[in-house]
Amino acid sequence: MKDTLILAIESSCDETAASVVKNGRTILSNVISSQIELHKLYGGVVPEIASRKHIEKINQVIEQALADAEVTLDDLDAIGVTYGPGLVGALLVGVAEAKAIAYAKKLPLVGVHHIEGHVSANYIEHPDLEPPFLCLIVSGGHTHLVIVKDYGEFEILGRTRDDAAGEAFDKVARAIGLGYPGGPKIDKLSKEGNPDAIDFPRAKIDGCPYDFSFSGVKSAVLNYLNNARMKGEAVNRADLAASFQKAVVDVLVEHTMLAARDYHIDKIAIAGGVASNGTLRDAMEKACKKNGYSFFRPSPVFCTDNAAMIGVAAYYEYMKGTRHGWDLNAVPNLKLGER
Amino acid sequence: MKILGLDSSGIVASVAIVEDDTLLAEYTVNYKKTHSQTLLPMLDELVKMTELDMETIDAIAVAVGPGSFTGLRIGSATAKGLGLALKKPLIAVPTVDALAFNLYDASGLICPIMDARRNQVYTGIYKFENHELVTEREQWADAATELIRILNEMGQSVTFLGDGVPVFKELLEQELKVPYSFAPAHVNKQRAAAVAALGMKYYKEGKIQEAAIHSPQYLRVSQAERERAQRDESIQPVGEDCPVRSMDRLEKTGGTV
Repeated sequence: MKDTLILAIESSCDETAASVVKNGRTILSNVISSQIELHKLYGGVVPEIASRKHIEKINQVIEQALADAEVTLDDLDAIGVTYGPGLVGALLVGVAEAKAIAYAKKLPLVGVHHIEGHVSANYIEHPDLEPPFLCLIVSGGHTHLVIVKDYGEFEILGRTRDDAAGEAFDKVARAIGLGYPGGPKIDKLSKEGNPDAIDFPRAKIDGCPYDFSFSGVKSAVLNYLNNARMKGEAVNRADLAASFQKAVVDVLVEHTMLAARDYHIDKIAIAGGVASNGTLRDAMEKACKKNGYSFFRPSPVFCTDNAAMIGVAAYYEYMKGTRHGWDLNAVPNLKLGER
Repeated sequence: MKILGLDSSGIVASVAIVEDDTLLAEYTVNYKKTHSQTLLPMLDELVKMTELDMETIDAIAVAVGPGSFTGLRIGSATAKGLGLALKKPLIAVPTVDALAFNLYDASGLICPIMDARRNQVYTGIYKFENHELVTEREQWADAATELIRILNEMGQSVTFLGDGVPVFKELLEQELKVPYSFAPAHVNKQRAAAVAALGMKYYKEGKIQEAAIHSPQYLRVSQAERERAQRDESIQPVGEDCPVRSMDRLEKTGGTV
């Protein structure tokens, strides 16, 4: 059978990325231009600066992805692109670029949901993984617990009521002077701290056992810092980071296990930027082992934003017949499962 | 020679194909839909109408700025994608120059004004001399009142055009001390035909660029950079480069299967 090759483009936040994916599972190239150093100066992603960098880099990134994969545009079967959710100005660069390439080369265009991409990152290194499975999606902008019923088909069991998990990490990191991005920095500092030193709250939402809330634990951290400052006490930042991280991870794992039990699912996956958090990976693996579930997680490089995962998701959409028109627009608040 | 022109710098979306001295087709829409939804379908329509083989285009001319930041990027990304796919060069046509070119051989000064918000305009001052567009003052961003001061000082008659006209008309009428007029509907907004025609001139002068290095000219830094520069005047505007990490091959990607 002829191979299906897809060029995927991702520009929803602060990474300009392109990838060539073969038959939905084999990554022929995965190029990422990260703007993280630039946004560190501002303590977070500045949308206009992100958009400007995307347009400067995008052709270079795409050409590198094609060169690394040793293919030309003529070898491709389709172009996949993230069209939401994300920063609208950033998304538009990738969408306009992808449309123009697809148009000029008379290739089908497949718009991809960014989060569907994150979930699909799990297929890259786990050839045996197929739906249905349970997936916890945790990133700077999203916290969802979903059943992946089929490729591109989701049932959302739980979501965050306020901050995304990654957002809470960023805010706490800023409060203790670690800077942006907060996740990796808290993860690192936590290794030197005692996770049981401070008892931060684990939020539960009445009647919605799979939903999350992280604003409470974030406020508790800020209050703790405030109290210490008023009393003139020194704060052990490592203990605080470790205790905060444990509070967040405990809830993520607990809700995932609860859903797995209730819905009788024995395949558990994690996805999104926060899925590269070492403590979360370890805790989830341990819990899965204890309950006899199989556990799947992407390598850290496929947890952060990348185009390989978009290419994988695009492949399954392409095979199902999804095609987008030349009027495809960026949809910054695109809902999961929407087309 | 065939040039494809694109302009999505302002409220107008416009696409045109110019072959030598002939405008083969032009599609201009001034409607609320976003350029992201209109620009490529418009191109598709032109291509179908003129049975154009995209491979026969020599270059893609695009209004490079100033203008709406997002609008500029939609035009630029479209041009860059076409350039990459067709292996054709791009021609960066300054938006205000192309607007001035709408009024070919007009007498007196030509002054396009684009609304840049905060009582500012993107503008430039031009005239035609021996049938050539001459730039009296290259496009820049400034307070509308400052532009008026400069025009009064130059003391010549002026024709205005651009989406800034309805915004600043009252002010212009009050403050101008030189004869002035406003261009009519068919030539007073961005037109891709002008971008393509002027682009062809640039092309012949060798002013082309690789699609990969093309980027809009905003004439303004982002708000975040401006505020940061104000906080600390010693900080240079951000120009740091973003490294491209190529994680080619299996060992680096963490394994394909």
